[in-house]
Amino acid sequence: MSRKPRPLFLERRSYRRRRLSDAARILPLLGFVLFLVPILWLPAETPAPDTGRGGVYVFAVWFLLIIATFGLSRVLSDDEDAKRPDGDD
Amino acid sequence: MVPFNILVAVCLFYVLVLFVVAWAAERRAERGRAHWLRSPTIYTLSLSIYCTAWTFYGAVGYAARSGLEFVTIYLGPSLIMVGWWWFLRKLVRIGRSQRVTSIADLISSRYGKSNLLGVIVTLIAVVAATPYIALQLQSVTLSFGVFASGTPEGWGLPDQGATALWVAGGLAIFTILFGTRNLDANERHHGVVTAIALEAVVKLVALLAVGIFVVWGVAGSWAEVFARIDASPIADWELKPARWIGLTMVSAAAVLTLPRMFQVMVVENSDERHLETASWAFPLYLLLMSLFVVPIAVVGLSVLPPGSNPDLFVLTLPLAFDQGKLAMLAFLGGFSSATSMVIVAAIALATMVSNHIVVPLWLAFREGGARAPGDVRGIVLTSRRVSIAGILALGYIYYRLSGGSAALAAIGLIAFVGVAQILPAMMGAIFWRGATGRGAALGLVTGFLVWLYTLYLPSFGEEGLLSHAVLAEGPWGISWLRPQALFGSEALDPLLHAVFWSLALNTLAFIAGSLLSFPTPLERLQGLAFVNVFDHAPGQGGWSRGGAEAEDLLAMSQGILGAEEAQEFFRAEAAAQGRAGFLPDTTPEFIERLERRLAGSVGSATAHAMIAQFAVGAAVSAQDLMAVASEAQQIMEYSAQLEAKSEELARTARQLRDANDKLTELSVQKDAFLSQISHELRTPMTSIRAFSEILMDEDLPADMRKKYACIIQDEAIRLTGLLNDLLDLSVLENRKVQLNVRVANLHDLIDRALQSAGSTRPERSFLIHRDIASEHMPVFTDTDRLVQVFINLISNARKYCDAERPELTIKVRRRSSRIEIDFIDNGAGIPKKSQTLIFEKFARLTDTSRAGGAGLGLAICREIMVNLGGSVAYLPGQGGAAFRVTLPVRKGAEKAA
Repeated sequence: MSRKPRPLFLERRSYRRRRLSDAARILPLLGFVLFLVPILWLPAETPAPDTGRGGVYVFAVWFLLIIATFGLSRVLSDDEDAKRPDGDD
Repeated sequence: MVPFNILVAVCLFYVLVLFVVAWAAERRAERGRAHWLRSPTIYTLSLSIYCTAWTFYGAVGYAARSGLEFVTIYLGPSLIMVGWWWFLRKLVRIGRSQRVTSIADLISSRYGKSNLLGVIVTLIAVVAATPYIALQLQSVTLSFGVFASGTPEGWGLPDQGATALWVAGGLAIFTILFGTRNLDANERHHGVVTAIALEAVVKLVALLAVGIFVVWGVAGSWAEVFARIDASPIADWELKPARWIGLTMVSAAAVLTLPRMFQVMVVENSDERHLETASWAFPLYLLLMSLFVVPIAVVGLSVLPPGSNPDLFVLTLPLAFDQGKLAMLAFLGGFSSATSMVIVAAIALATMVSNHIVVPLWLAFREGGARAPGDVRGIVLTSRRVSIAGILALGYIYYRLSGGSAALAAIGLIAFVGVAQILPAMMGAIFWRGATGRGAALGLVTGFLVWLYTLYLPSFGEEGLLSHAVLAEGPWGISWLRPQALFGSEALDPLLHAVFWSLALNTLAFIAGSLLSFPTPLERLQGLAFVNVFDHAPGQGGWSRGGAEAEDLLAMSQGILGAEEAQEFFRAEAAAQGRAGFLPDTTPEFIERLERRLAGSVGSATAHAMIAQFAVGAAVSAQDLMAVASEAQQIMEYSAQLEAKSEELARTARQLRDANDKLTELSVQKDAFLSQISHELRTPMTSIRAFSEILMDEDLPADMRKKYACIIQDEAIRLTGLLNDLLDLSVLENRKVQLNVRVANLHDLIDRALQSAGSTRPERSFLIHRDIASEHMPVFTDTDRLVQVFINLISNARKYCDAERPELTIKVRRRSSRIEIDFIDNGAGIPKKSQTLIFEKFARLTDTSRAGGAGLGLAICREIMVNLGGSVAYLPGQGGAAFRVTLPVRKGAEKAA
């Protein structure tokens, strides 16, 4: 059998899946940038105590990242499961 | 207060539980019921060895000193896990497909199975891990000390060294028991992993319990905790951007390159899909571990007397509030953190040491190399056991030398930066096909040396390995070589300084070395298999057929895999090749699979070296590759030829089939023809016989006799005519007819034909329309035959024209080199469906025998005309039956024209 040429346009489902895996790749970058935001506040130079506030921010971002990863991993793994039967044959 | 003896008893009981759990898990795995053991939960929990005693005790101390900065150590790994799709997924896939046994094996395997690289990575890992193990021993010893001193403030146990020794010894025994039971493929240790998962739960529960106690038991509520944070010495967040970014990145690098993390994340991974769960569950674990760190730190700072060691707040806070059981739980949590890290680190390091240092040395110094029979397996296991003991001994010695003085966090970070030196080579291994072994070696050595010089050696303090003078003024007074201010970079703090210079020079050397050197073919193959691991199954094709004898290979494999397993592997391979017995053909595929199997036990470099001793001269060279390439080219050409040939065959077969069909059809026609002829001949014969019998009757009157004789004669004439026709047809059809070509006037020929045909049904009078003038033209042909055709056509008209007043029109026309003669009557004509039939033999439209012919007339006409180079055709739409005779002016002239 000759190899099929790569289709120009993907079926809607595969397209969605590709974009989700793009999102999974971008997520750590987004997280990194969000964790860098406190630097812009210059907490060391402001007179007000910021440890409490900063802590809440860091943990909130952290938690949201976990939720997003959870969602993405579920969707990506569902797709993989759905693909598996014909993938194996 | 918990008495010290009870503490020791609880500790021993806990270790016993771990033993039982590990033992039970091994048993289950052996019986093949390891399903539950291979769940994503266990996998995620086993990753928690990232959180060592450094986390458990040290994070609080870190927070008490530097506020929120401690969190960077957990943000880095969280980001790596969140980005699992991008990096970890590929790493785990490579680890599984190449049967990688350690991080040193990964690097060595990728860069051409070079053992040198394996040795370098092993050395870095051992040097970096030693202080880390010492740190664990120190923390356990310190926590024992808290209980032994009887007061929360003190941690001075009279015989600290003895405690550390006991702990190190116990851990060595546990690790040797469960870590070196087998040289299993892919180095999975179910017992150890399960025990670690249990420890992960214990330490999480312990830390959460202390945190909950501190927040709701001591402070009262979160609001109160926030109030205390604002009132504490760490209220103002002294965020240093460089450290914040740098530490996050270093910890992210470390989670990938720490040998123990690699062990649990890649080597012990039994299913890639476990990563999906770990991707969010492990960051969640880290978040929970660090959630109460700041509250514990600030409450500890405010409640405990000044001067208390903040590294022990997790223990001393519950003790200060007389919560013995909670303190005990916290102690077990810390104990778990320390032991699990030490166990896995020792296994990972021992695997690396034995695979990359001991076994290659043993092979090199042994007479006869791997060819000599011997128990390699025993050697490997022994070397691992010795390595485990040796690594723990190193840790212990470091602990005794350093005197347990440095803060926990500092030691941890030094180790992190050390192993992070592997990162550039690792990234190159996975994402850059152009990365070469020389580049990797250059980068690793550069990074390692810079790290040693700028961070590791200064960490021993000013009285340590580097003198005060060197630290302050640089070696030999060269100020720009000062260990903590290379090239005059004094602005950075020592840690970041080391991170920056070691990683920068490391990466630079790695990239430059890769760009300038040329990889070996094996490196390029491995690079392809690593970088494109998702695109195709790796085909190394590293071995060509030769040298290796299956029997020798079996003998060697038995020494490594164990007799039973090796025999089973060889038998399965032989069966797959369709052979009975234990000795498969030593095909390149088989040798490659064997190598990978062996790599699962002794590492890829060693396995490659061992196989290489058998397959003498069979290792891939560039020439071999070229040969393989041209061979492939030849095969492709050959297959193209085959394809062309098979197409030709198919075409011939199709032609044969067509010919066969035609023959079959002809045979059917022939049968039909024969039966027709028989029928036509029998009819006159029957009447001749009948009348001749009557004639034999002597009483027959004379007139009757004469009449019957006439009938017999008529029938005989008809029979003769039929036979003549048949002969004629046969001659004509075979194109063997002798043509008597003459010149004649067409008008004369038509006259002759009309005269002759007049005898047919002479009772009918026909009106003949002719255009005499047009008929006068010369024809150059066999005139007799042509007249025969005309006669036939005119007779047919006379016979079959059913008009009341029959008329016949004869038209002659000349068309360039052809002459057309039309014979048109005014009868009913021939029905359309029959028009194609009339020229066939024995075709008669009506069943009447009035024509007296056998139905061969038109068939003969057609054959004559074909022989004369012309044709005869039915001309529809002329108001009656119409036939057009076409003939060339001169036979053969048409072709010339």
